[in-house]
Order: sequence, then C-alpha cells, then structure tokens
Amino acid sequence: MAELKVNEAIQQPVSQPVNIKKNTPITEFWRKFKRQKLALGAGVFVVLLFILGIIGPFIAPYGAAEFDYDHILEGPSAQHWAGTDAYGRDIFSRIIIGTRISLFISILSVLLGAVGGTVLGLISGYYGKWIDNLIMRFCDILFAFPGILLAIGIIAILGPGLGNVVIAISIFSVPMFARIVRSSTLAVKSTVYVEATRSIGAKPRRIIWKHIFPGTVSAIIVNFTMRLGTAILTAASLSFLGLGAQPPSPEWGAMLSGGRDYLNTAPHVTFFPGLAIFLTVLAFNLFGDGLRDALDPKIKD
Amino acid sequence: MLRYFLNRLIGIIPILFFVSIFIFLFVHMIPGDPARLVAGQDASLADVKAVERELGLDKPLTTQYVHFVTNIIQGDLGVSLKTKRPVFDEIAKRFMPTFWLTVWSMGWAVIFGLLIGVISATKRNKWQDYVGMFGAVSGISLPSFWLGLMLIQLFSVNLGWLPTGGLDSWKSYILPSITLGAGVAAVIARFSRSSLMDVLKEDYIRTGRAKGLKENKVVWGHALKNSMIPVVTMTGLQFGFLLGGSIVIETVFSWPGLGRLLIDSVAFRDYPVIQAEMLLFALEFILINLIVDLLYGVLNPQIRYD
Repeated sequence: MAELKVNEAIQQPVSQPVNIKKNTPITEFWRKFKRQKLALGAGVFVVLLFILGIIGPFIAPYGAAEFDYDHILEGPSAQHWAGTDAYGRDIFSRIIIGTRISLFISILSVLLGAVGGTVLGLISGYYGKWIDNLIMRFCDILFAFPGILLAIGIIAILGPGLGNVVIAISIFSVPMFARIVRSSTLAVKSTVYVEATRSIGAKPRRIIWKHIFPGTVSAIIVNFTMRLGTAILTAASLSFLGLGAQPPSPEWGAMLSGGRDYLNTAPHVTFFPGLAIFLTVLAFNLFGDGLRDALDPKIKD
Repeated sequence: MLRYFLNRLIGIIPILFFVSIFIFLFVHMIPGDPARLVAGQDASLADVKAVERELGLDKPLTTQYVHFVTNIIQGDLGVSLKTKRPVFDEIAKRFMPTFWLTVWSMGWAVIFGLLIGVISATKRNKWQDYVGMFGAVSGISLPSFWLGLMLIQLFSVNLGWLPTGGLDSWKSYILPSITLGAGVAAVIARFSRSSLMDVLKEDYIRTGRAKGLKENKVVWGHALKNSMIPVVTMTGLQFGFLLGGSIVIETVFSWPGLGRLLIDSVAFRDYPVIQAEMLLFALEFILINLIVDLLYGVLNPQIRYD
C-alpha cells in the first residue's frame, strides 16, 4: 500500500487532468470508480435509498398502519402499486417506510462491529505478542459459530427484538473486521515511514492513529459496504424467523413473514418485500465490488 | 506430512476448550435465574431450590463446568424443557434430514458454481462472463427465504410438480436444496472464476497453447486442476454457511431438521436444546474447518512446512 502512495506522488505532476487541480486520492479513486458503470449505477441506487430512508414516511402515498378492510389482499393496481396485505394496508407505502428500518439497523450494527473490530485489529497488529494471541483466539471462538447461529444464540439470551438484532449482528461483525484490520496493520507497520516515525520517538498511540490507521481505511470501507448487504439479509432473516422486528412493524423481513399464510391466494404480499430486500442487498454488493476494485484490488472475495 | 496433521489437530484443542466454556456460560448469561426458568414462573421457592440442586447450579462454576464436559463426553446433553425427553434423542432424529439437505445443496452448488465460474473465466469480458457474474452477485444478494417461497409458489402452488414442504420422498429435497445451494453456488462461481483466471496467466498455460493443444484441453486438463486448490478450501468453508442457512430454509420448507428444532426451541426458551444445538453446530463447523485444512495440506504440499 505504501508503494502505491509513492507511485501516486511521482505521477502527480505528469497525470494532472486539465479540469482537476490536484490529483488527490479522492480524484484518483473517482477516476477508477467511474469506469465501472454497474457499480456507479448501484452507487446512485444506494444514494436514492438513503434519501428514501430519510423522506420515505413523508412521500409514501399511504400510512404504514392505514387499514382498509374493503381492499384486503388485492393484487397490484393503479391505486396500490404493490397491492394490499391482509389488513388492506398498502404494501408499496410500507416498503418505502420500511427502508429506514433496514438501513438504520444495518448501518448501526456494522458500524458498531467495525469500530470494535478496528480497535481490536489495530491493537492486535501493532502490539503483537500475547495481546495479539489473546485477541485472535477470541476471534477464533466467535468464528467457530456460523454467523446467523451466533445471532440466534445471542437473541436466545437477550430475547427477540430489533435492538437485540443490532447487538447480535455487530458482535459477529467484530472478528471479521479485526482480522482484516490486523493484516493491513501488519503490512503498514513494516513500512519505512512507520519505522521512521517510531525512530523519531513518536508515541504508539500517535503512530497507530496518525500513521497506521489511515493505511487500513480503504480495506475498512470496502468491507463495511460488503457487510451492509449481509447485515440487511441477516436482519431480514431474523425478522422472518420471528426473532427480529415484530408485526406490525413495516420491516421487510417481518412483512414477508406475515405474507406466508397467503402464498396460495396473494403471492404479491411476499413477493414485493422480498424484491426490496434483494435489490437493496444487490446494490450494496455491486457498489462494494466497485469500491474494492477501485480502492484495494488486492482484496479478493 | 504427519507433523502437519498433528499440528493442526493440536491447534483445535484450545478452540474446543474456549468454545465449550462459551457454550457452558451461555445458560448463565440469560438474564434471571436459570433454575426458576426450568421450574416455571409459578414454582415455589422450594421447587426452585430442588431444581437448582438437580442441575448442580448450587455448586461452584468450575465444578459445574467439569460436570458439563463429562456429561457431553458421555452423550448426556440434558433433558428438553419442552418434551421432557433427552436432548440427545431429540437431536439425533433430526440430524440426518439436515445432513442430507446440506449434502444435496453442496452437490448442486459445486456443479453449477464451477460450471459458471469456468465459463466466465474462459469467456472473460464477453456476454457469457457478464451474465454469469451478474447471476453470481444476484445469487449472493438473494434472501434465501424469499427465493424458497418464490420457488414454492411456482413449482408447488402453480405447477403442482413438487411438494410445498416436509420430508416425504426424494422430491422433497429438490426445492430446499436448490434454495440453500444458490448462495454457495454464487460464491463458488465468483471464486473459481478469479482463481482460474490467475492460473490462465501462467507460463505453462502459454506453453500448452503454444504447442498446439486445444483450448478445451488447456482449460479442463491443465488449468482447472491447478486452480482448484483455493476453490476446495473456499467450498469447504461454505459448509459452515450451509449449516447457518439451513436454519432459515428449514423454517420455510417445514423441514424436520436441526435448524427448525433450533428456532422452535428459541421460541419456547428450551435452553438445554439451544445449548446442545449451538455445541453441535460449532463442533461441525470446527471439524469441517479442520478437514479443509488437512485437505489443503494434501492438495498443496508447499504449505506443510509453514
């Protein structure tokens, strides 16, 4: 990674585009990223989702709990684009309103996991020795449980509910970030500029935050985006199993779960919330793939 | 070779130890008194005390832990709070359906994943590659329970070809295993594509082409074998994903397996069963990782000397 930076510094005066003043890492990233049309499209979709997450409840044509018993389980029509559910609620509006829940849950849980994992990974990679051993064995234990199993175990202790879903997902995100940050830390730690900083007497805390952490950021960003998709899927799965969001919440997984009983007569009740989950996760994954190719080509899936 | 095997075997002992502690403490992490939970909310104080003695909860933690491990080794996993039957029996009869479901899923996933991966790698940047890779990223993004419900809708409700759920005949395996395998197939496709593309850049591939070998022979005869080492590792690790995925899929298809037992147990707060299931899943996962590690040593002699 350090070599890459040196190269950029050398190329700087040569490859200066006309309309951009400085070839900063951000413009460099943008140059690589915008070549990937699919990832760019996915990025736009993600931005739109976030806007929808904020303004969703204000623009939805119906309320999330607006019952209409004259129009139950109706298929898609001009009035109800995605049909209505067993209580006559407009599914399209509920999906729009539910966007906020899915995004909020996934961002909060991955953020908590990323912060915890990053701190552990930096400590583990920088100090090494027994503390590295301790942290990595702790990660091994968490890794011994397939992801969703650990979440179910945690919920079995804490009880069902969205808050506990956040805790569960963030706990099983920790070891993954810890390992990734640890390996980037090891790579950055052995570079000349870190050695130089240490030799002029900088304190470990300063070295870690000022010099090593920035070198791990691109790996963190890429994995953060990838994990968001997984977190949305996991949260929806848990809600589907009845362990996460509870009805009447317009959470997508919970909506889908509620539609199971009407699969024979009204398949649209399950189809549209599932489609929303699929498209959202797909957008995050495509966006993450593009980020990875632009930021850190060395990481492979 | 033997040293490598021994090293790996010894390496899992501390993990087993800590995982067992973690699962042992599981019951103790539940808010409230586990003895009261077992005895029931309306139980008298004497009853609660009796349960506490019966379960050994009045003894020091270390004694309890030794007791816990000895019991597990003897196959005694406690008694289900729901059915009052031994947890071991409850789990034993659910094991095979989940096992076969996982094997079927892995079978599909390997066949389709490899096929898509190889086609994408050999037709790099052509439409086959784009379709294959878009399919793969979609497969990773699909909520499995939704895919399962849509397949039920199409093949069971509309067409009436396959059962909607349960386990009656070999036909019952088709939809759940496709649903469960889709995500893994997608991962295998992506991974085998990038691995094969790396190998196709090697000198010996160029030599093969230069001496006039047919492209098919180069890919299937020379490149594929060498690109498979990381793919085997990756595929092995996906077994863990299948174990986790089966929990969700079994609920969708009313499958009489371990995953559905777990969800039912969580709903009922049947802690002995939850505890045993977590232990079983973790053991399976550790065992699979060990087998993958050992297999890796067999396939790639270089790493034995690490």
